[in-house]
Amino acid sequence: MERFLDQFFNLEIMARYLPDVAAGFLVTIQLALSVIVTGLLFGLALAVVRAFQVRPVNWLIILFVDLFRALPPLVILIIFYFGLPFIGITMSAFVISWIVLASVLAAFAEEIYWAGITSVNRGQWEASRSTGLGFTQTLFYVVIPQAIRMTIPPLTNRTIAITKNTALASVVTVEEMLTVAQTSLAYAANTSPLTMAAIGYLLIFFPLTMASRWVETRYAWKR
Amino acid sequence: MAHAQTAPSRYVVEAYDIHKSFGDFEALKGVNLTVAPQELVFIIGPSGSGKSTMLRCCNLLEQPTSGQVKITGEEITNRSVDINKVRQRIGMVFQQFNLYPHMSALGNVSLALRKVKKMARSEAEDRAQAALQRVGLADKAGNHPTELSGGQQQRVAIARAIAMEPDVILFDEPTSALDPELVGSVLEVMRELRESGMTMVVVSHEMRFARDAADRVIFMDGGLVVEEGTPERIFTDARSDRLKSFLHSVTGH
Ligand SMILES: Nc1ncnc2c1ncn2[C@@H]1O[C@H](COP(=O)(O)OP(=O)(O)OP(=O)(O)O)[C@@H](O)[C@H]1O
Ligand SMILES: [Mg+2]
Repeated sequence: MERFLDQFFNLEIMARYLPDVAAGFLVTIQLALSVIVTGLLFGLALAVVRAFQVRPVNWLIILFVDLFRALPPLVILIIFYFGLPFIGITMSAFVISWIVLASVLAAFAEEIYWAGITSVNRGQWEASRSTGLGFTQTLFYVVIPQAIRMTIPPLTNRTIAITKNTALASVVTVEEMLTVAQTSLAYAANTSPLTMAAIGYLLIFFPLTMASRWVETRYAWKR
Repeated sequence: MAHAQTAPSRYVVEAYDIHKSFGDFEALKGVNLTVAPQELVFIIGPSGSGKSTMLRCCNLLEQPTSGQVKITGEEITNRSVDINKVRQRIGMVFQQFNLYPHMSALGNVSLALRKVKKMARSEAEDRAQAALQRVGLADKAGNHPTELSGGQQQRVAIARAIAMEPDVILFDEPTSALDPELVGSVLEVMRELRESGMTMVVVSHEMRFARDAADRVIFMDGGLVVEEGTPERIFTDARSDRLKSFLHSVTGH
């Protein structure tokens, strides 16, 4: 027991590496929030555009969505990180991680929103159109609000699953929490920095799951 | 009601030689329908006879395969017509109510006032409140559809239609999804509307209501109008075998 505590909860080591892990924690939070906000918005934008049923545009959207859902995020990340400089684009590892993870989230989110949009009853469209609202108005005022409410549970699950991939950014040298924890772990020959990282992840994702539950009940309506 | 570049018409709704096919299946085989101002026209007929399809052709929820539809003289089957403009003038009430579940009763009624008629929120809500009052639901303005009974939901749907002050309201089996004890409240509102001079086309199986309230009854079968006349004439002096057997099947004697 003592050895376990010494290995995982060594307070002295924790204190020593706390500033480093905290800095990594901030990077992880920044990355996670950027990915969530832009990924969900981009996914919604794609689903909205898809609703207009312009053939070639929809093919592009479906291609993007299927590609980013099929490939492991790590593979996409590595391709972008090592590939982009070859075509003359240089961006920081943070920005690349952000773009890649946001795109992956957007791809999954688009499918979820789209399923929500198509599952809104045809009668809703007809009622709205019969009062003189146009297609776009009906989409925005009647259909999408319902679609979003329906998709909150699957969307949060996906969001959390994909946002956890911020840890992958360590592979492309982003100084996020896991990178820092691993380096510290190597220096200290002790797992306590990793314990701190674990606590850090809980601090990020617990509020996220709780917020999603709150949103779920707040916007639910009895059927 | 004056509309630019259209001749005034004696009729609110005119539909001439309407055909509608779904793939190979011809649901309407040349139907004519004219509705005069303040008239209540009732459409009856067996399931699948094309009643709903005919009604939906009147506001182009279904695009007729051929034929002509005019609303207060304006030909809406003409492709250059802005259908959203025309639909403001044609209310529709559905069997399944189709209220917006994410909005209160007031929100349901005021949405089109704000977004189509471009009224300010306060003006739209005043008008919506007045419409809810008319259907006896002034105190339910803040309730969401799930908090209302079926009869109340359908009355909100009627309020949503009348708030737009349309030239005509189309009803597609407005009471068929209701428990029997809730039917009366909806028919009461429809009767009140009729007395106030609203032009109405009603598809329904409420034969009692047709008898007391309709000016004219149209019997459809197989995508055609088979008989048409006053309620008195249709219900007591059926000429075709098809109407006789239909009346027999719905009234049970
Ligand atoms: N969107 C559609 N696609 C294919 N067939 C359709 C469609 N809408 C209606 N039909 C067919 O057209 C015919 C007429 O349908 P309609 O709904 O107008 O009948 P109805 O008289 O309203 O019947 P009910 O009393 O059951 O409501 C039916 O045979 C129906 O199956
Ligand atoms: Mg029908």
